[in-house]
Amino acid sequence: MPKSTAPTLQELILRLQQFWAARGCVLQQPYDIEVGAGTMSPETFLRVLGPQPYRVAYVQPSRRPADGRYGDNPNRLYKHMQLQVILKPPPENVQELYLESLAAVGIDLRKHDLKFEEDNWESPTLGAWGIGWQVMLDGLEVTQFTYFQQCGGIDLDPISAELTYGLERLTAFLQDVDSIYEIAWVRDAEGQSVSYNTVRHQDELQLSVYNFEFADVQKAWKHLELYEAECQALLDRYQALSSDKNAGEAEKKRFPLLGAYDLCLKCSHLFNILDARGAISVTERVGVIARIRQLAVGLAKAYVAQQTVADQKGQVA
Amino acid sequence: MPDFLLEIGCEEIPARMLDDAREELSRRVKDLIVREALVLEEGLVIESFSTPRRLSTVVRKIASTQADTTEQVLGPSVKIAYKDGKPTPAAEAFAKKVGLDVSKLEKVSNPKGEYLAATITRKGRGAVDVLSEFLPKEIASIYWPKSMYWRPGKTERFVRPIRWIVAVLGGQVVPVEFAGIKAGETTHGHRILAHGPLKVSDAAQYTVLLEGASVIADSKVREHRIRKALDAETRSVSGARWREDADLLQTVVNLTEWPSVVLGSFDRQFLSLPEEVLVTVMRDHQKYFAVEDASGKLAPHFLAVLNMDADADGLIRHGNERVLRARFNDARFFWDTDQKLPLVGRVEMLRAVTFQKDLGSYFAKAERLVHLSGELSPILDSVGRKVDHAAVAEAARLAKTDLTTELVKEFTELQGIVGGLYATAQKHSQAVADAIYDQYRPESMDDAIPRTLEGALLSIADKADTIAGMFAMGLVPSGSKDPFALRRQANGIVRTVAGHKLPLKISMLMGQALKGYAGGDAIKKFSQQGEAYAKAIQGFFRERLEFFLREQGLAYDVVNAALAAGDDDIVDVVARAHAVAAVRPSADFESISTSFKRMKNILLQASETKKRVADPYDPASLKEEAEKNLAAQAPEVASLVKSLGAKKEYENALREISRLRPPIDAFFDKVMVMVEEEDLRATRLGLLQMLVNDFSSIADFSEIVTEKK
Repeated sequence: MPKSTAPTLQELILRLQQFWAARGCVLQQPYDIEVGAGTMSPETFLRVLGPQPYRVAYVQPSRRPADGRYGDNPNRLYKHMQLQVILKPPPENVQELYLESLAAVGIDLRKHDLKFEEDNWESPTLGAWGIGWQVMLDGLEVTQFTYFQQCGGIDLDPISAELTYGLERLTAFLQDVDSIYEIAWVRDAEGQSVSYNTVRHQDELQLSVYNFEFADVQKAWKHLELYEAECQALLDRYQALSSDKNAGEAEKKRFPLLGAYDLCLKCSHLFNILDARGAISVTERVGVIARIRQLAVGLAKAYVAQQTVADQKGQVA
Repeated sequence: MPDFLLEIGCEEIPARMLDDAREELSRRVKDLIVREALVLEEGLVIESFSTPRRLSTVVRKIASTQADTTEQVLGPSVKIAYKDGKPTPAAEAFAKKVGLDVSKLEKVSNPKGEYLAATITRKGRGAVDVLSEFLPKEIASIYWPKSMYWRPGKTERFVRPIRWIVAVLGGQVVPVEFAGIKAGETTHGHRILAHGPLKVSDAAQYTVLLEGASVIADSKVREHRIRKALDAETRSVSGARWREDADLLQTVVNLTEWPSVVLGSFDRQFLSLPEEVLVTVMRDHQKYFAVEDASGKLAPHFLAVLNMDADADGLIRHGNERVLRARFNDARFFWDTDQKLPLVGRVEMLRAVTFQKDLGSYFAKAERLVHLSGELSPILDSVGRKVDHAAVAEAARLAKTDLTTELVKEFTELQGIVGGLYATAQKHSQAVADAIYDQYRPESMDDAIPRTLEGALLSIADKADTIAGMFAMGLVPSGSKDPFALRRQANGIVRTVAGHKLPLKISMLMGQALKGYAGGDAIKKFSQQGEAYAKAIQGFFRERLEFFLREQGLAYDVVNAALAAGDDDIVDVVARAHAVAAVRPSADFESISTSFKRMKNILLQASETKKRVADPYDPASLKEEAEKNLAAQAPEVASLVKSLGAKKEYENALREISRLRPPIDAFFDKVMVMVEEEDLRATRLGLLQMLVNDFSSIADFSEIVTEKK
């Protein structure tokens, strides 16, 4: 039975959001395209580029088809939820702020053992890497704390701090349950709770079945190629536009690089599905990762250039 | 005579980097103080400290100022400096340069003549001044395996953001600035346990002050405390002991400022999982110490090292037990799931697992391993070593299949071991299971080599295949760059071949390994084959052999001498090197070595001046008694040496060669080689050439470093 004094999953989310909202973060909503991690949301991937300061917090359901376990494994999910916080640039007391956020969700740090253990993060597909820690609470990794150094192959200035809370495992820790599926998602006034199992189990089961057994490999390849081609075509057009001396600033500014980024995310997700299906051979694998990386890196460069165009007019928020 | 303290307060420094960084900082501070003449006569006392959040150096009693120095600066010659007794512009310019009036300049004589000179006294700078000027550069220069930048628009790098600096000399702040942080006298204690910042007024009180704020600055003291606490906690389980683990201990020492230990337990039922799996989960993933019972078997307990003073409510123990339970449950889930598809059924799956991006899949690698190990095992047969050929082939075919298992995907460090355990569970023969289990051995200098011949062949084939592919692609290790750990793998081959005394020559092994790639896709990426490949491989393995022999305590000249006589047959080189080392202390051998060096020099000189060498020479053409004598004795010794060498009795053979000392000494005493008479000279050179040829098959004696006579 989940501890009734501990926050429910949604209380945890609300408390963290409230905490970071009070520190000036934009509370964004989850991005509405499949992503493997909160980092891939444009709220992180694109916002960490360029000079504008930004603070944002959002929950991001993150899909990793290969991690699916048909809802059978108490610790593993096809889709888990991250609470992602970006602080750009990181304040000097960013670690202390983070510790305060733990206190805010009800963790008395005097009664627990907390360590920052080296853990650097790298995403070859996004041309991104950072340096940081996994935050260990009584032996459990509860947060990934990263100082971004590069994104889309571009050196960042200023850098951003990215805090990624694993919401299911943090809740399971607080509620002291051994299975994610036992987590109380919400509790009503009478103390009746709705479990994670009720809300999500079917989703885990059926999407595992889809990803491992039903996803049509031929069509997934086809989709991947279509999205890739459209994304690349948009990038090419922006390239032509930006070197066109007659092109106006407004024309450049309205060019849908964000649309192209969505297409890039689609490619990444399709790659993950094909990977889960075991449909990617060794030789293909390297090639496809390189192709997606090329899109991501190209988009990051174009995005930075587009922001600069807008900057000159002073029209960027 | 103040004390100096430097503390760099940093966000958590990775445990693996902490010791080196601490030592480097203290060395840099020491060098600076020495270089800048701030050392007192009684010498330096330096202490260095580190915790995850700080690197500190305390220097007891340094000079508060540098001593004044005087120096004589030479100016223009007097001839140029004065004209008609008056100073010229040259004299004026010099006076201006040294900041003295012309009348204050001196005249000095040296062998070149008389010159103007000035004695300049330099006032010693204060230590505060010196330290504040040079310390920022020293801090910036600390080496980090991986570093970051963090300030907008700034380029300085450090392992993690620096948050404070303390620099105090005798109660006074040294105004050091680095990365926008101005040094002060304020430090910080333990993140959770300390009550606010602390003022350090006295460097000598630094560690005491920190201890009051729940920080043990000295890592040795932390280690001691952790050991004590591990002992104490283990005592509550009767007959139990914690498993010593030096690496883990160092890690937890460097992860804590105020360590304590809790003993936790797990369900006995998990003990049915292989110990290798349980220990890996505890040690590598949770940084727990394993506990064993009186019989040495794993006990259902673990020890977690906390960065906290206590666990009054037992919450920390409970939390750690919960995490471990989840991890063990995972492991068991993976174990059970993996069993549903035996290793044999996983061979095809290896097509989708990358070995190396240009070298293809593990499926292709497994095929090559079957083939290569199949080439090697008959060679063992030929010298009467019994190898189970079928087991070698089966082990090679299945060796990499555990890469497709959930357990290895989760615990990659268990690759090979898991395959071996599964092979046992799936009723493969012991020979197959052991070979798979041991295939990655030895993984380090301290790791054991494969236990069986089958395991040795698989391990050697696997490593040779990797090295061959990489070298063929030109991915050769250089300097500190060895991303595929090829040196370690070659060391493994050398150790395994030597340990099992296998008749596998390097050129044959690596030649066969390269052939394994024939007909595959990888070959398109090969840039180095044939002679270039063979040469690169030979040079590479020669270095590994040198390393291996030096590790065995052999002197470098002995190693060079043995390798110069052949570096292809590992077992043979080892035997020859040890034989040379055994006879090396004898006076005869020393003398023979000197003589061979002399012969080689003479032959080299002859070849450089294009002198004819009679080959073969005619002993009848020799004139002197001494040379006739040598020529008469040498063939007999040579044939004895040859037959002893064939029996690998190298030490006896070398002792035989030493018997040639008297005739060789007499030869060099009485005979001049490079005489005018062409025929005689050619004959004598021929004699020397014969000696060098006949007696260099065990070692090249000219490589032996002898006392200069």
